[in-house]
Amino acid sequence: MIPQPGTPQPVLEVRNLVKHFPVRGRGLARRRAGEVHAVCDVSFDLYPQETLGLVGESGCGKTTTARVLLNLQPATAGHVHYQGTELTQLSSKAMRRLRRELQIVFQDPYAALDPRLPVNEIIAEPLRIHGLYSPSGREDVRELLRLVGLTPEHGNRFPHEFSGGQRQRIGIARALALRPKVLVLDEPVSALDVSIQAGVLNLLADLQARLGLSYLFVSHDLSVVRHIADRVAVMYLGRIVEVATADELFSAPAHPYTQALISAIPLPDPRKERARERIILTGDVANPANPPSGCRFRTRCPLFAAHLTDAQRHRCAEEVPPLITHHHPTACHYTELSTLPALSGLSVATGDDLPRCARAMRGRERG
Amino acid sequence: MPDQEFRVAQCSQTQLVARRFRRHRLAMVSLVVLLALVLLAFVGGWLWKYSVADLTPDESVPPSWDHPFGTDAAGHDTFAQVLRGTQISIGIAVLGAVVATVVGTVWGATAGYYGGRLDTAMMRIADLVLTLPFLAVAAVLGHNLGGSWWLIAAVIAGLYWAYVARVARGVVLSLREKEFVEAARAIGAGDARIIFRHLVPNAFSSIIVNATVLVAIAILLETALSYLGFGVRPPDTSLGLLVSDAQTAVDTRPWLFFFPGLFIIVIALTINFIGDGLRDAMDPQQTRMRR
Amino acid sequence: MTSPGTPVLEVADLRVEFRTDEGRVQAVRGVSFQLNRGEVLGIVGESGSGKSVTSLAMMGLLAGSARVSGSVRLHGTELLGASDKALSRVRGQSIAMIFQDPMTSLNPVYPIGYQVAEAIRAHHDVSRDAAAKQAVQLLDAVSIPNPAQRVDNYPHELSGGMRQRVVIAIAMANSPEVIIADEPTTALDVTVQAQILDALRTAKDQTGAAMLLITHDLGVIAGQADRVLVMYAGRVVEAGTVEEIFYAPRMPYTLGLLGSQPRLDMRRQRLHPISGAPPSALNLPSGCPFAPRCPLAAPVCEAEEPPLTGAGGHLSACHFSDQLVGLEPADLFRPVSQDTTL
Repeated sequence: MIPQPGTPQPVLEVRNLVKHFPVRGRGLARRRAGEVHAVCDVSFDLYPQETLGLVGESGCGKTTTARVLLNLQPATAGHVHYQGTELTQLSSKAMRRLRRELQIVFQDPYAALDPRLPVNEIIAEPLRIHGLYSPSGREDVRELLRLVGLTPEHGNRFPHEFSGGQRQRIGIARALALRPKVLVLDEPVSALDVSIQAGVLNLLADLQARLGLSYLFVSHDLSVVRHIADRVAVMYLGRIVEVATADELFSAPAHPYTQALISAIPLPDPRKERARERIILTGDVANPANPPSGCRFRTRCPLFAAHLTDAQRHRCAEEVPPLITHHHPTACHYTELSTLPALSGLSVATGDDLPRCARAMRGRERG
Repeated sequence: MPDQEFRVAQCSQTQLVARRFRRHRLAMVSLVVLLALVLLAFVGGWLWKYSVADLTPDESVPPSWDHPFGTDAAGHDTFAQVLRGTQISIGIAVLGAVVATVVGTVWGATAGYYGGRLDTAMMRIADLVLTLPFLAVAAVLGHNLGGSWWLIAAVIAGLYWAYVARVARGVVLSLREKEFVEAARAIGAGDARIIFRHLVPNAFSSIIVNATVLVAIAILLETALSYLGFGVRPPDTSLGLLVSDAQTAVDTRPWLFFFPGLFIIVIALTINFIGDGLRDAMDPQQTRMRR
Repeated sequence: MTSPGTPVLEVADLRVEFRTDEGRVQAVRGVSFQLNRGEVLGIVGESGSGKSVTSLAMMGLLAGSARVSGSVRLHGTELLGASDKALSRVRGQSIAMIFQDPMTSLNPVYPIGYQVAEAIRAHHDVSRDAAAKQAVQLLDAVSIPNPAQRVDNYPHELSGGMRQRVVIAIAMANSPEVIIADEPTTALDVTVQAQILDALRTAKDQTGAAMLLITHDLGVIAGQADRVLVMYAGRVVEAGTVEEIFYAPRMPYTLGLLGSQPRLDMRRQRLHPISGAPPSALNLPSGCPFAPRCPLAAPVCEAEEPPLTGAGGHLSACHFSDQLVGLEPADLFRPVSQDTTL
């Protein structure tokens, strides 16, 4: 669902979220030697019944953002408002009450379930903690199992008796036990085989329609996010660099990083895949403990490397690009210079939404 | 066409462990021997015709049908004494090990979970206890507090809990960052629930293995204490006390020395082998290939 | 010197069996293929398909408890059962392996430049200086920035992507005949993945080696492979050119795999997953191992495991492969969201 003017209020508002991890030096005193800037000034909204994809590669801060959002880790600065309540300052008692509405599904189905508890207990635990188990707890657990596509007989078994996909379903059932409104999904299908992923993704889509959930879907896999998200926010080194609807992001990405990211994802279609032009970035993601000044992407940016004047480069190094909306919010000083012919083989299958591009940019950048 | 999902494990974790344990022949034999011994000591001692205090007219008699383990200078039946001694020794060892395990687990798990300064403080205390010379301290405490058997057990527990605390803390540290712990927090579980409902049960296997070793150590420690005179005192008896009393008679009346000594060795050995078997059975990494 | 198109590596009826506490595990059950000079053969499969075990068995890198049978010939020389000494010569020199974790191949205590130079000197008679210079060139060829400065870095000072590139450079230094890349990009970010695949292609082009690319990622296969083997439950269930596999699959599993993949160029549609899960190698069903999940399954499928047959190089292991002509995944696999299997 794409937010139009006059849309309902966002169910979750994140403003200027910051999370720094201290880096401890060696030696007896282990004084702080520096900080890892995992999340730097991140802001976004989550609307009711929508799926917001939060994408990025390792070290971009998306997982940390998800954790801080739910107060599983304390924020260094910033605000998170859930339906008007400010979460970052809540006492743990008050937060516990709100946990019923904000739940999370984890990435690793093999580590997310206590191996010593039978499935019935795993799903019942949230109910027990909040005093909701009696009188209908057993029936509730059975209903939850059915909801995620398992059968009540599965309840007596232990996690190690299930496949990865089934364990993930159990994790989803546990998250739904308290009837949350917002579900944060942290790479929920990344550890699953492709043929199993599809089943879980279908389930998530069904559940959203049935229960009116909002999803924050954190993933590094853009193909999956393309499939499930309404809107997408792209993160790089702790900052959000682009926010757009899924269709817009994939047909006309504006930020050079997003363009490179999309260009790098292989397509399971030999002819299209080999016809694509690639944007190859040089180097690896910079160290989050020592990020580049100004625009953090400039050390790998093809625009910076080959298409900007010295004065423009100076601006990239000095000024952090804010999220400005041309067609959609993008954090790049020179977004009008970048284009995306690398997606020329990637036209949307149903034929609408032709890519908007300006000048063509030669593919293989090295530099 | 029914869907079929093929699981690797058709049974619960406990059944898997039990199955693997059964394959460890030495451990199985040891288990049988130990159980037989325990049965003999408790049931047999109760049923035996002579009791510990009985003074028979046969004095210093070598093993015979009437007195399978012989008698001592005063006419006590050694068999009855050894059985009683075994009861006491095992009782002390098990009680000591159980108390040490419970205290140590709670201590170590709490320290490991909270980390930081609390962890440091708690583990420094445990380390301090570990540096004490066990025998000397136990001897002093045993001497001052009197010789009832449960007091000896308490002394043993009071010294050995630190070992268990170390093990428990190690396991909890490794489990603390696992996602199911984070999941518990996400659904609103408090610290106590996480520690006792999630972390400690998952540490069971390491703790149990450690506990069996503790029993063996406790037997030997009790033996040493009683031998030195700082442990169990008359009218109670223990295997160590029996050995101590018989040391002058090694050459002349070896049966007084031999049988209690044999029982001590067998008990300690069997417990050790059982501990080995348990450790192998619980080790999930190990896949022993059959050749 | 083999001419292009002739087989460099021939694998015939490779079988691997493990004996574990829980019973016998048949990880690989009769895999046969040929790798021709200059081509890229992709092996694609999910977990439990046996694809990684296949490559490890070929190289003799499995634990002693594994029973390996069959035949693996490199230029006619049998590798299976060869002494460890003979195999050590083959490994690295004729067959280079690139694993998922680069630290499997890199020595943490030597700088990377040294390791590449040593690889060069092991196979070419050159001086240390010449080898060092060549090392810099190789590092440049795999797109390591500032190679002249980087030669003194230790592996732990580099990121995962860089380390993998060093491994590829070492592989190139040996001028191998065959490069086996086992999930080379699985642990890496997607932008780095693109760089690594690029480096692999460079390695292959510059050395003229044949490449065996093992992965679960269909997109990578689509972009890199010339021919493809699809593995399931320890067997090859379909083999063909990359176009045949992607555009005209003849085995329901392949079709299902294609249908369950979300794609960048498709708008939101229902995915078509395959119900159930891959079978455990301990407990393989009789007959076709895919039958429990297959919409086309019939009694003959449970009775008889279909042989790998077909015409003109496009082989498939299905009794009903003819019925698959022209089918889309949506035609065969209903989009379900249940997983009631037990």
